[in-house]
Amino acid sequence: MNAANWPDAPSSTTEKLFQLENVRVTFGSGEREVTALADTDLKLTKGEFVALVGPSGCGKSTILKLAAGTLRASQGVVYVAGREIGANPIRIGMAFQNPTLLPWLNIRDNVMLPLKIVPPYRHQYRSKRRTEYKDKVEALLEQVGLKGFADSFPWQLSGGMQQRASLCRALIHEPNLLLLDEPFGALDQFTREELWEVMQNLWLATKPTVLLVTHDLTEAAYLASRICIMQARPGRIIDDRPVGFARPRTVEMTADPKFVSLRENLRTAIVTARHSLGDTK
Amino acid sequence: MNESQRRRLMSLGFILLFFVLWELICLVFGVSQLVLPRPSVIIATFIDRFPAIMPHAIQTIYTTLLGFGFGILIGLSLGMLIGSSRLAFDVAYPLLVGFSSIPKVAVVPIFVLWFGAGTVPAVLTAMIMSVFPIVVNVATGLATTEPELEDVMKTLGAKKHEILWNVSLPRTMPFFFASLKVSVTLAFVGTVIAETVASNRGIGNLMMIASSSFDVPLVFAGLFVLAALGVSLYVIFSFIESRVTGWTKRQDGLSVASH
Repeated sequence: MNAANWPDAPSSTTEKLFQLENVRVTFGSGEREVTALADTDLKLTKGEFVALVGPSGCGKSTILKLAAGTLRASQGVVYVAGREIGANPIRIGMAFQNPTLLPWLNIRDNVMLPLKIVPPYRHQYRSKRRTEYKDKVEALLEQVGLKGFADSFPWQLSGGMQQRASLCRALIHEPNLLLLDEPFGALDQFTREELWEVMQNLWLATKPTVLLVTHDLTEAAYLASRICIMQARPGRIIDDRPVGFARPRTVEMTADPKFVSLRENLRTAIVTARHSLGDTK
Repeated sequence: MNESQRRRLMSLGFILLFFVLWELICLVFGVSQLVLPRPSVIIATFIDRFPAIMPHAIQTIYTTLLGFGFGILIGLSLGMLIGSSRLAFDVAYPLLVGFSSIPKVAVVPIFVLWFGAGTVPAVLTAMIMSVFPIVVNVATGLATTEPELEDVMKTLGAKKHEILWNVSLPRTMPFFFASLKVSVTLAFVGTVIAETVASNRGIGNLMMIASSSFDVPLVFAGLFVLAALGVSLYVIFSFIESRVTGWTKRQDGLSVASH
Protein backbone atom coordinates (compact mmCIF):
# COMPACT_ATOMS: atom_id res chain seq x y z
CA MET A 1 0.00 0.00 0.00
CA ASN A 2 0.93 3.61 -0.47
CA ALA A 3 3.17 4.91 2.27
CA ALA A 4 2.89 8.47 0.92
CA ASN A 5 -0.73 8.52 1.93
CA TRP A 6 -0.02 8.50 5.62
CA PRO A 7 -2.23 10.88 7.59
CA ASP A 8 -0.76 14.36 7.67
CA ALA A 9 -0.52 14.63 11.45
CA PRO A 10 -1.27 12.00 14.03
CA SER A 11 -3.18 14.43 16.25
CA SER A 12 -5.77 15.14 13.58
CA THR A 13 -6.43 11.48 12.96
CA THR A 14 -6.46 9.98 16.44
CA GLU A 15 -10.18 10.67 16.68
CA LYS A 16 -10.76 8.90 13.37
CA LEU A 17 -11.18 5.36 14.45
CA PHE A 18 -11.73 3.98 10.99
CA GLN A 19 -11.06 5.61 7.68
CA LEU A 20 -11.20 4.65 4.03
CA GLU A 21 -9.16 6.88 1.74
CA ASN A 22 -9.85 6.58 -1.94
CA VAL A 23 -10.38 2.87 -1.55
CA ARG A 24 -11.18 0.67 -4.49
CA VAL A 25 -11.90 -3.06 -4.37
CA THR A 26 -12.09 -5.18 -7.47
CA PHE A 27 -12.57 -8.89 -7.96
CA GLY A 28 -11.38 -10.91 -10.93
CA SER A 29 -9.31 -9.42 -13.72
CA GLY A 30 -9.42 -8.32 -17.35
CA GLU A 31 -12.84 -8.56 -19.03
CA ARG A 32 -14.41 -10.13 -15.98
CA GLU A 33 -13.23 -7.54 -13.52
CA VAL A 34 -15.99 -6.51 -11.14
CA THR A 35 -15.70 -3.35 -9.10
CA ALA A 36 -17.19 -4.04 -5.70
CA LEU A 37 -16.22 -0.69 -4.29
CA ALA A 38 -15.17 2.37 -6.31
CA ASP A 39 -13.08 5.25 -4.96
CA THR A 40 -14.69 5.37 -1.56
CA ASP A 41 -13.95 7.75 1.29
CA LEU A 42 -15.42 7.14 4.70
CA LYS A 43 -14.51 8.38 8.16
CA LEU A 44 -15.74 7.08 11.46
CA THR A 45 -15.14 9.22 14.52
CA LYS A 46 -14.59 7.51 17.84
CA GLY A 47 -17.90 6.62 19.48
CA GLU A 48 -19.94 7.08 16.33
CA PHE A 49 -22.71 4.71 15.27
CA VAL A 50 -22.73 4.68 11.49
CA ALA A 51 -25.19 2.73 9.35
CA LEU A 52 -24.49 1.74 5.76
CA VAL A 53 -27.68 1.29 3.77
CA GLY A 54 -28.26 0.47 0.14
CA PRO A 55 -29.43 -2.22 -2.25
CA SER A 56 -27.71 -5.58 -2.33
CA GLY A 57 -24.44 -5.65 -4.21
CA CYS A 58 -23.57 -2.06 -3.30
CA GLY A 59 -20.43 -3.02 -1.40
CA LYS A 60 -21.77 -2.65 2.15
CA SER A 61 -20.33 -5.95 3.24
CA THR A 62 -17.13 -5.23 1.34
CA ILE A 63 -16.53 -2.22 3.60
CA LEU A 64 -17.09 -4.41 6.65
CA LYS A 65 -14.62 -6.98 5.40
CA LEU A 66 -12.05 -4.25 4.85
CA ALA A 67 -12.54 -3.12 8.43
CA ALA A 68 -12.41 -6.66 9.74
CA GLY A 69 -9.17 -7.21 7.89
CA THR A 70 -10.45 -10.24 5.99
CA LEU A 71 -10.23 -8.38 2.67
CA ARG A 72 -7.53 -6.10 1.24
CA ALA A 73 -8.16 -2.97 -0.75
CA SER A 74 -7.05 -3.16 -4.39
CA GLN A 75 -6.24 0.55 -4.25
CA GLY A 76 -6.22 3.26 -1.62
CA VAL A 77 -5.58 3.00 2.10
CA VAL A 78 -7.57 1.69 5.00
CA TYR A 79 -6.72 3.34 8.31
CA VAL A 80 -7.65 1.95 11.66
CA ALA A 81 -7.07 4.16 14.70
CA GLY A 82 -5.04 6.55 12.57
CA ARG A 83 -2.64 3.97 11.18
CA GLU A 84 -2.66 1.76 8.17
CA ILE A 85 -4.64 -1.41 8.87
CA GLY A 86 -2.57 -4.25 10.25
CA ALA A 87 0.07 -1.89 11.68
CA ASN A 88 -1.74 -1.34 14.94
CA PRO A 89 -4.41 -3.92 15.47
CA ILE A 90 -7.31 -2.69 17.55
CA ARG A 91 -9.92 -4.88 19.13
CA ILE A 92 -12.67 -5.66 16.66
CA GLY A 93 -15.99 -7.29 17.45
CA MET A 94 -18.27 -8.59 14.74
CA ALA A 95 -21.79 -10.00 14.57
CA PHE A 96 -23.04 -11.64 11.42
CA GLN A 97 -26.44 -12.23 9.85
CA ASN A 98 -26.29 -15.80 11.13
CA PRO A 99 -25.45 -16.17 14.81
CA THR A 100 -22.45 -18.39 13.84
CA LEU A 101 -22.16 -19.75 17.37
CA LEU A 102 -19.93 -22.79 17.69
CA PRO A 103 -22.35 -25.71 18.14
CA TRP A 104 -20.05 -27.73 20.41
CA LEU A 105 -19.68 -24.96 22.99
CA ASN A 106 -22.32 -23.78 25.43
CA ILE A 107 -23.39 -20.15 25.40
CA ARG A 108 -20.89 -19.16 28.10
CA ASP A 109 -17.92 -20.62 26.24
CA ASN A 110 -19.16 -19.20 22.96
CA VAL A 111 -19.35 -15.71 24.40
CA MET A 112 -15.99 -16.19 26.10
CA LEU A 113 -14.24 -17.12 22.85
CA PRO A 114 -12.84 -13.62 22.14
CA LEU A 115 -11.32 -13.52 25.63
CA LYS A 116 -9.37 -16.61 24.70
CA ILE A 117 -8.02 -15.09 21.48
CA VAL A 118 -7.75 -11.33 21.83
CA PRO A 119 -4.94 -9.62 23.75
CA PRO A 120 -4.67 -8.53 26.51
CA TYR A 121 -7.44 -10.87 27.76
CA ARG A 122 -5.86 -14.00 26.31
CA HIS A 123 -2.85 -13.77 28.60
CA GLN A 124 -4.97 -14.34 31.68
CA TYR A 125 -7.53 -16.64 30.09
CA ARG A 126 -6.41 -19.72 31.98
CA SER A 127 -6.40 -18.13 35.41
CA LYS A 128 -9.53 -16.00 35.05
CA ARG A 129 -11.91 -17.98 32.93
CA ARG A 130 -13.59 -19.60 35.91
CA THR A 131 -13.76 -16.42 37.97
CA GLU A 132 -13.57 -12.93 36.56
CA TYR A 133 -14.28 -13.78 32.92
CA LYS A 134 -17.16 -16.01 33.87
CA ASP A 135 -18.77 -13.19 35.84
CA LYS A 136 -18.15 -10.80 32.98
CA VAL A 137 -19.95 -13.12 30.57
CA GLU A 138 -22.88 -13.65 32.94
CA ALA A 139 -23.25 -9.90 33.44
CA LEU A 140 -23.34 -9.27 29.71
CA LEU A 141 -25.78 -12.13 29.12
CA GLU A 142 -28.05 -10.64 31.76
CA GLN A 143 -27.91 -7.30 29.98
CA VAL A 144 -29.31 -8.81 26.79
CA GLY A 145 -31.93 -10.92 28.59
CA LEU A 146 -30.14 -14.25 28.50
CA LYS A 147 -29.74 -14.71 32.25
CA GLY A 148 -29.70 -18.40 33.10
CA PHE A 149 -28.85 -19.58 29.60
CA ALA A 150 -25.07 -19.71 29.99
CA ASP A 151 -25.03 -23.50 30.21
CA SER A 152 -27.41 -24.02 27.29
CA PHE A 153 -26.18 -25.05 23.90
CA PRO A 154 -26.91 -22.95 20.81
CA TRP A 155 -29.39 -25.44 19.38
CA GLN A 156 -31.50 -25.15 22.52
CA LEU A 157 -32.06 -21.43 21.88
CA SER A 158 -34.37 -19.64 19.44
CA GLY A 159 -32.91 -17.63 16.56
CA GLY A 160 -33.43 -14.35 18.40
CA MET A 161 -31.73 -15.66 21.54
CA GLN A 162 -28.82 -17.00 19.50
CA GLN A 163 -28.43 -13.57 17.94
CA ARG A 164 -28.40 -11.98 21.42
CA ALA A 165 -25.60 -14.37 22.37
CA SER A 166 -23.80 -13.49 19.17
CA LEU A 167 -24.00 -9.77 20.11
CA CYS A 168 -22.52 -10.65 23.49
CA ARG A 169 -19.66 -12.44 21.80
CA ALA A 170 -19.04 -9.39 19.63
CA LEU A 171 -18.89 -7.14 22.70
CA ILE A 172 -17.31 -9.22 25.48
CA HIS A 173 -13.77 -8.06 24.74
CA GLU A 174 -14.84 -4.39 24.74
CA PRO A 175 -13.94 -3.79 21.10
CA ASN A 176 -12.97 -0.36 19.84
CA LEU A 177 -14.75 -1.10 16.60
CA LEU A 178 -17.96 -3.09 16.41
CA LEU A 179 -18.96 -4.41 13.00
CA LEU A 180 -22.55 -5.51 12.49
CA ASP A 181 -23.34 -7.33 9.25
CA GLU A 182 -27.15 -7.33 9.09
CA PRO A 183 -27.33 -9.05 12.47
CA PHE A 184 -31.10 -8.63 12.74
CA GLY A 185 -31.88 -9.40 9.10
CA ALA A 186 -32.99 -12.98 9.59
CA LEU A 187 -35.29 -12.28 12.54
CA ASP A 188 -39.03 -11.60 12.66
CA GLN A 189 -40.23 -8.01 13.07
CA PHE A 190 -40.96 -8.19 16.81
CA THR A 191 -37.73 -9.89 17.77
CA ARG A 192 -35.88 -7.42 15.59
CA GLU A 193 -37.42 -4.41 17.36
CA GLU A 194 -36.57 -5.95 20.71
CA LEU A 195 -32.99 -6.40 19.65
CA TRP A 196 -32.74 -2.82 18.41
CA GLU A 197 -33.43 -1.75 21.95
CA VAL A 198 -30.92 -4.26 23.31
CA MET A 199 -28.32 -3.03 20.82
CA GLN A 200 -28.97 0.62 21.66
CA ASN A 201 -28.57 -0.05 25.39
CA LEU A 202 -25.34 -1.94 24.80
CA TRP A 203 -24.02 0.92 22.71
CA LEU A 204 -25.05 3.58 25.24
CA ALA A 205 -23.33 1.60 27.99
CA THR A 206 -19.81 1.61 26.51
CA LYS A 207 -20.05 3.77 23.35
CA PRO A 208 -17.96 1.67 21.00
CA THR A 209 -17.57 2.85 17.41
CA VAL A 210 -20.10 0.91 15.36
CA LEU A 211 -20.42 0.22 11.67
CA LEU A 212 -23.80 -1.33 10.92
CA VAL A 213 -24.72 -2.77 7.55
CA THR A 214 -28.42 -3.11 6.93
CA HIS A 215 -31.08 -2.70 4.29
CA ASP A 216 -33.75 -1.92 6.84
CA LEU A 217 -34.12 1.87 6.78
CA THR A 218 -36.10 1.96 10.03
CA GLU A 219 -33.35 0.01 11.73
CA ALA A 220 -30.70 2.40 10.41
CA ALA A 221 -32.64 5.46 11.53
CA TYR A 222 -33.40 3.95 14.94
CA LEU A 223 -29.86 2.91 15.79
CA ALA A 224 -27.43 5.11 13.91
CA SER A 225 -26.09 8.56 14.62
CA ARG A 226 -25.12 8.84 10.94
CA ILE A 227 -26.37 7.09 7.82
CA CYS A 228 -24.37 6.53 4.65
CA ILE A 229 -26.35 5.64 1.56
CA MET A 230 -24.65 3.43 -0.97
CA GLN A 231 -25.22 2.74 -4.60
CA ALA A 232 -24.51 -0.44 -6.54
CA ARG A 233 -22.44 -1.12 -9.68
CA PRO A 234 -19.98 0.23 -8.89
CA GLY A 235 -20.46 0.34 -5.14
CA ARG A 236 -19.90 3.78 -3.65
CA ILE A 237 -21.22 6.11 -1.00
CA ILE A 238 -23.57 8.71 -2.50
CA ASP A 239 -25.00 10.36 0.56
CA ASP A 240 -24.08 10.85 4.17
CA ARG A 241 -26.48 12.36 6.70
CA PRO A 242 -26.63 12.68 10.49
CA VAL A 243 -29.55 11.36 12.53
CA GLY A 244 -30.39 13.80 15.30
CA PHE A 245 -33.08 12.05 17.32
CA ALA A 246 -32.53 12.07 21.06
CA ARG A 247 -31.53 8.88 22.83
CA PRO A 248 -32.63 6.51 24.10
CA ARG A 249 -34.86 6.06 21.10
CA THR A 250 -37.97 3.91 21.28
CA VAL A 251 -39.91 1.83 18.80
CA GLU A 252 -42.83 4.27 19.24
CA MET A 253 -40.61 7.01 17.85
CA THR A 254 -40.49 5.23 14.51
CA ALA A 255 -44.07 6.45 13.95
CA ASP A 256 -43.09 10.06 14.66
CA PRO A 257 -43.55 12.33 11.58
CA LYS A 258 -39.89 13.43 11.67
CA PHE A 259 -38.77 9.83 11.79
CA VAL A 260 -41.11 8.86 8.96
CA SER A 261 -39.96 11.73 6.81
CA LEU A 262 -36.30 10.83 7.36
CA ARG A 263 -37.04 7.26 6.35
CA GLU A 264 -38.88 8.40 3.23
CA ASN A 265 -36.00 10.73 2.38
CA LEU A 266 -33.60 7.82 2.61
CA ARG A 267 -35.86 5.68 0.48
CA THR A 268 -36.15 8.40 -2.16
CA ALA A 269 -32.38 8.87 -2.23
CA ILE A 270 -31.81 5.15 -2.80
CA VAL A 271 -34.54 4.86 -5.43
CA THR A 272 -33.31 7.95 -7.28
CA ALA A 273 -29.78 6.56 -7.29
CA ARG A 274 -31.03 3.32 -8.78
CA HIS A 275 -32.96 5.15 -11.50
CA SER A 276 -30.09 7.39 -12.48
CA LEU A 277 -28.01 4.26 -12.68
CA GLY A 278 -30.53 2.82 -15.13
CA ASP A 279 -30.23 5.96 -17.32
CA THR A 280 -26.49 5.77 -17.64
CA LYS A 281 -26.53 2.16 -18.77
CA MET B 1 -40.92 -49.82 28.23
CA ASN B 2 -40.09 -47.25 25.58
CA GLU B 3 -39.61 -47.67 21.87
CA SER B 4 -35.80 -48.00 21.85
CA GLN B 5 -35.81 -50.55 24.67
CA ARG B 6 -38.38 -52.64 22.81
CA ARG B 7 -36.27 -52.54 19.66
CA ARG B 8 -33.19 -53.57 21.59
CA LEU B 9 -35.06 -56.48 23.11
CA MET B 10 -36.36 -57.47 19.68
CA SER B 11 -32.90 -57.53 18.13
CA LEU B 12 -31.61 -59.57 21.08
CA GLY B 13 -34.45 -62.04 20.52
CA PHE B 14 -33.61 -62.15 16.84
CA ILE B 15 -30.00 -63.08 17.58
CA LEU B 16 -31.12 -65.86 19.93
CA LEU B 17 -33.61 -67.10 17.34
CA PHE B 18 -30.80 -67.29 14.79
CA PHE B 19 -28.71 -69.61 16.99
CA VAL B 20 -31.69 -71.72 18.02
CA LEU B 21 -32.64 -72.24 14.37
CA TRP B 22 -29.03 -73.11 13.53
CA GLU B 23 -28.98 -75.67 16.34
CA LEU B 24 -32.34 -77.17 15.32
CA ILE B 25 -31.55 -77.39 11.60
CA CYS B 26 -28.27 -79.18 12.35
CA LEU B 27 -30.07 -81.64 14.64
CA VAL B 28 -33.07 -82.28 12.37
CA PHE B 29 -31.05 -82.77 9.18
CA GLY B 30 -28.17 -84.50 10.93
CA VAL B 31 -25.56 -82.11 9.53
CA SER B 32 -22.03 -83.46 10.01
CA GLN B 33 -19.68 -81.80 12.54
CA LEU B 34 -17.17 -81.56 9.70
CA VAL B 35 -19.48 -79.33 7.68
CA LEU B 36 -21.32 -77.19 10.20
CA PRO B 37 -20.98 -77.80 13.92
CA ARG B 38 -23.91 -76.87 16.17
CA PRO B 39 -23.60 -73.68 18.29
CA SER B 40 -23.70 -75.75 21.47
CA VAL B 41 -20.73 -77.81 20.26
CA ILE B 42 -18.87 -74.67 19.26
CA ILE B 43 -19.38 -73.11 22.68
CA ALA B 44 -18.37 -76.34 24.38
CA THR B 45 -15.21 -76.40 22.26
CA PHE B 46 -14.52 -72.78 23.14
CA ILE B 47 -14.77 -73.48 26.88
CA ASP B 48 -12.77 -76.69 26.50
CA ARG B 49 -9.95 -75.14 24.52
CA PHE B 50 -10.02 -71.74 26.21
CA PRO B 51 -6.41 -71.90 27.48
CA ALA B 52 -5.24 -72.60 23.92
CA ILE B 53 -7.44 -69.93 22.31
CA MET B 54 -6.71 -67.14 24.78
CA PRO B 55 -3.08 -66.31 23.78
CA HIS B 56 -4.15 -66.17 20.15
CA ALA B 57 -7.02 -63.81 20.97
CA ILE B 58 -4.66 -61.55 22.92
CA GLN B 59 -2.22 -61.58 20.03
CA THR B 60 -5.00 -60.57 17.62
CA ILE B 61 -6.20 -57.73 19.85
CA TYR B 62 -2.64 -56.54 20.39
CA THR B 63 -1.89 -56.52 16.66
CA THR B 64 -5.19 -54.81 15.84
CA LEU B 65 -4.81 -52.06 18.40
CA LEU B 66 -1.16 -51.45 17.55
CA GLY B 67 -1.95 -51.19 13.83
CA PHE B 68 -5.00 -49.08 14.61
CA GLY B 69 -2.91 -46.77 16.79
CA PHE B 70 -0.44 -46.18 13.97
CA GLY B 71 -3.40 -45.78 11.64
CA ILE B 72 -4.82 -43.00 13.83
CA LEU B 73 -1.46 -41.21 14.03
CA ILE B 74 -0.79 -41.35 10.32
CA GLY B 75 -4.44 -40.84 9.37
CA LEU B 76 -4.80 -37.74 11.53
CA SER B 77 -1.61 -36.11 10.31
CA LEU B 78 -2.25 -36.92 6.65
CA GLY B 79 -5.86 -35.84 6.98
CA MET B 80 -4.85 -32.53 8.57
CA LEU B 81 -2.30 -31.95 5.84
CA ILE B 82 -4.73 -32.68 3.04
CA GLY B 83 -7.65 -30.90 4.65
CA SER B 84 -5.61 -27.79 5.47
CA SER B 85 -6.45 -26.15 2.17
CA ARG B 86 -8.94 -26.57 -0.62
CA LEU B 87 -6.03 -26.88 -3.06
CA ALA B 88 -4.31 -29.67 -1.16
CA PHE B 89 -7.65 -31.44 -0.83
CA ASP B 90 -8.44 -31.29 -4.55
CA VAL B 91 -4.91 -32.27 -5.59
CA ALA B 92 -4.43 -35.18 -3.19
CA TYR B 93 -7.93 -36.63 -3.15
CA PRO B 94 -7.74 -38.66 -6.43
CA LEU B 95 -4.50 -40.38 -5.37
CA LEU B 96 -6.04 -41.11 -2.00
CA VAL B 97 -9.10 -42.69 -3.57
CA GLY B 98 -6.81 -44.72 -5.82
CA PHE B 99 -4.85 -46.05 -2.86
CA SER B 100 -7.90 -46.78 -0.78
CA SER B 101 -9.54 -48.79 -3.56
CA ILE B 102 -6.68 -51.31 -3.71
CA PRO B 103 -7.84 -54.55 -2.06
CA LYS B 104 -5.59 -54.57 0.99
CA VAL B 105 -5.15 -58.37 0.96
CA ALA B 106 -2.97 -57.81 -2.08
CA VAL B 107 -0.38 -55.88 -0.05
CA VAL B 108 0.15 -58.60 2.58
CA PRO B 109 2.61 -60.58 0.36
CA ILE B 110 4.56 -57.35 -0.19
CA PHE B 111 4.83 -56.74 3.56
CA VAL B 112 5.91 -60.36 4.08
CA LEU B 113 8.52 -59.87 1.37
CA TRP B 114 9.86 -56.79 3.16
CA PHE B 115 9.55 -57.77 6.80
CA GLY B 116 9.14 -61.57 6.86
CA ALA B 117 6.20 -63.47 8.32
CA GLY B 118 4.98 -62.68 11.85
CA THR B 119 3.61 -59.73 13.76
CA VAL B 120 5.09 -56.90 11.70
CA PRO B 121 3.18 -57.50 8.45
CA ALA B 122 -0.02 -58.02 10.45
CA VAL B 123 0.41 -54.67 12.24
CA LEU B 124 1.17 -52.99 8.92
CA THR B 125 -1.88 -54.53 7.25
CA ALA B 126 -4.10 -53.41 10.13
CA MET B 127 -2.59 -49.93 9.86
CA ILE B 128 -3.00 -49.58 6.12
CA MET B 129 -6.59 -50.78 6.25
CA SER B 130 -7.58 -48.41 9.01
CA VAL B 131 -5.73 -45.36 7.75
CA PHE B 132 -7.81 -44.39 4.72
CA PRO B 133 -11.23 -43.83 6.29
CA ILE B 134 -9.52 -41.64 8.90
CA VAL B 135 -7.61 -39.59 6.32
CA VAL B 136 -10.68 -39.10 4.14
CA ASN B 137 -12.96 -38.16 7.02
CA VAL B 138 -10.53 -35.80 8.74
CA ALA B 139 -9.67 -34.12 5.44
CA THR B 140 -13.35 -33.80 4.52
CA GLY B 141 -14.23 -32.41 7.94
CA LEU B 142 -11.48 -29.80 7.79
CA ALA B 143 -12.10 -28.85 4.17
CA THR B 144 -15.84 -28.38 4.72
CA THR B 145 -15.58 -26.20 7.83
CA GLU B 146 -17.99 -23.30 7.32
CA PRO B 147 -16.09 -20.17 6.23
CA GLU B 148 -18.43 -18.14 8.47
CA LEU B 149 -17.06 -19.89 11.55
CA GLU B 150 -13.51 -19.16 10.40
CA ASP B 151 -14.44 -15.52 9.76
CA VAL B 152 -15.51 -15.22 13.39
CA MET B 153 -11.98 -16.15 14.38
CA LYS B 154 -10.27 -14.06 11.70
CA THR B 155 -12.01 -10.86 12.78
CA LEU B 156 -10.70 -11.53 16.29
CA GLY B 157 -7.22 -11.60 14.81
CA ALA B 158 -6.75 -15.31 15.47
CA LYS B 159 -3.65 -17.00 14.11
CA LYS B 160 -3.95 -19.97 11.79
CA HIS B 161 -3.20 -22.50 14.51
CA GLU B 162 -5.77 -20.89 16.80
CA ILE B 163 -8.44 -21.25 14.12
CA LEU B 164 -7.41 -24.87 13.63
CA TRP B 165 -7.49 -25.60 17.35
CA ASN B 166 -10.68 -23.73 18.25
CA VAL B 167 -12.85 -24.19 15.18
CA SER B 168 -11.61 -26.58 12.50
CA LEU B 169 -10.56 -29.46 14.73
CA PRO B 170 -13.63 -29.51 17.02
CA ARG B 171 -15.76 -29.18 13.88
CA THR B 172 -13.94 -32.23 12.46
CA MET B 173 -14.29 -34.41 15.57
CA PRO B 174 -17.63 -35.98 14.55
CA PHE B 175 -16.07 -36.97 11.23
CA PHE B 176 -12.99 -38.31 12.98
CA PHE B 177 -14.87 -40.40 15.52
CA ALA B 178 -17.28 -41.71 12.92
CA SER B 179 -14.24 -42.90 10.97
CA LEU B 180 -12.71 -44.52 14.09
CA LYS B 181 -15.50 -47.04 14.55
CA VAL B 182 -15.28 -48.00 10.89
CA SER B 183 -11.49 -48.05 10.99
CA VAL B 184 -11.18 -50.23 14.05
CA THR B 185 -13.23 -52.96 12.41
CA LEU B 186 -11.12 -52.60 9.28
CA ALA B 187 -7.90 -52.86 11.31
CA PHE B 188 -9.30 -56.02 12.80
CA VAL B 189 -10.05 -57.45 9.36
CA GLY B 190 -6.53 -56.54 8.25
CA THR B 191 -4.98 -58.30 11.22
CA VAL B 192 -6.90 -61.52 10.64
CA ILE B 193 -6.09 -61.53 6.93
CA ALA B 194 -2.39 -61.14 7.62
CA GLU B 195 -2.48 -63.76 10.38
CA THR B 196 -4.22 -66.18 8.04
CA VAL B 197 -1.76 -65.63 5.22
CA ALA B 198 1.54 -65.22 7.00
CA SER B 199 1.82 -65.64 10.74
CA ASN B 200 2.26 -68.28 13.38
CA ARG B 201 0.10 -66.61 15.99
CA GLY B 202 -3.33 -65.05 16.31
CA ILE B 203 -6.90 -66.20 15.81
CA GLY B 204 -6.49 -66.13 12.02
CA ASN B 205 -3.57 -68.53 12.30
CA LEU B 206 -5.45 -70.69 14.81
CA MET B 207 -8.36 -71.08 12.39
CA MET B 208 -5.99 -71.83 9.52
CA ILE B 209 -4.29 -74.64 11.47
CA ALA B 210 -7.58 -75.99 12.83
CA SER B 211 -9.10 -76.17 9.37
CA SER B 212 -6.09 -77.99 7.95
CA SER B 213 -6.56 -80.67 10.63
CA PHE B 214 -10.36 -80.72 10.06
CA ASP B 215 -10.98 -79.50 13.62
CA VAL B 216 -14.10 -77.69 12.38
CA PRO B 217 -15.61 -76.86 15.82
CA LEU B 218 -12.36 -75.07 16.69
CA VAL B 219 -12.52 -73.14 13.40
CA PHE B 220 -15.98 -71.96 14.35
CA ALA B 221 -14.93 -71.24 17.91
CA GLY B 222 -12.28 -68.95 16.40
CA LEU B 223 -14.95 -67.32 14.27
CA PHE B 224 -17.08 -66.68 17.36
CA VAL B 225 -14.13 -65.09 19.11
CA LEU B 226 -13.56 -62.85 16.09
CA ALA B 227 -17.20 -61.83 15.99
CA ALA B 228 -17.18 -61.02 19.72
CA LEU B 229 -13.96 -59.00 19.43
CA GLY B 230 -15.16 -57.12 16.36
CA VAL B 231 -18.46 -56.17 17.95
CA SER B 232 -16.74 -55.13 21.19
CA LEU B 233 -14.30 -52.84 19.38
CA TYR B 234 -17.13 -51.27 17.39
CA VAL B 235 -19.23 -50.74 20.51
CA ILE B 236 -16.34 -49.20 22.43
CA PHE B 237 -15.58 -46.67 19.71
CA SER B 238 -19.26 -45.92 19.11
CA PHE B 239 -19.56 -45.16 22.80
CA ILE B 240 -16.54 -42.87 22.74
CA GLU B 241 -17.97 -41.16 19.67
CA SER B 242 -21.33 -40.50 21.28
CA ARG B 243 -19.68 -39.12 24.41
CA VAL B 244 -17.27 -36.81 22.63
CA THR B 245 -19.47 -35.57 19.82
CA GLY B 246 -22.87 -35.53 21.51
CA TRP B 247 -23.42 -31.99 20.22
CA THR B 248 -24.26 -33.32 16.78
CA LYS B 249 -27.26 -34.99 18.47
CA ARG B 250 -26.95 -37.96 16.23
CA GLN B 251 -29.03 -40.97 17.14
CA ASP B 252 -27.18 -43.95 15.83
CA GLY B 253 -27.66 -47.51 16.98
CA LEU B 254 -25.34 -50.43 16.58
CA SER B 255 -25.44 -51.12 12.90
CA VAL B 256 -23.59 -54.00 11.32
CA ALA B 257 -20.59 -52.87 9.33
CA SER B 258 -20.33 -54.73 6.05
CA HIS B 259 -16.78 -55.64 5.12
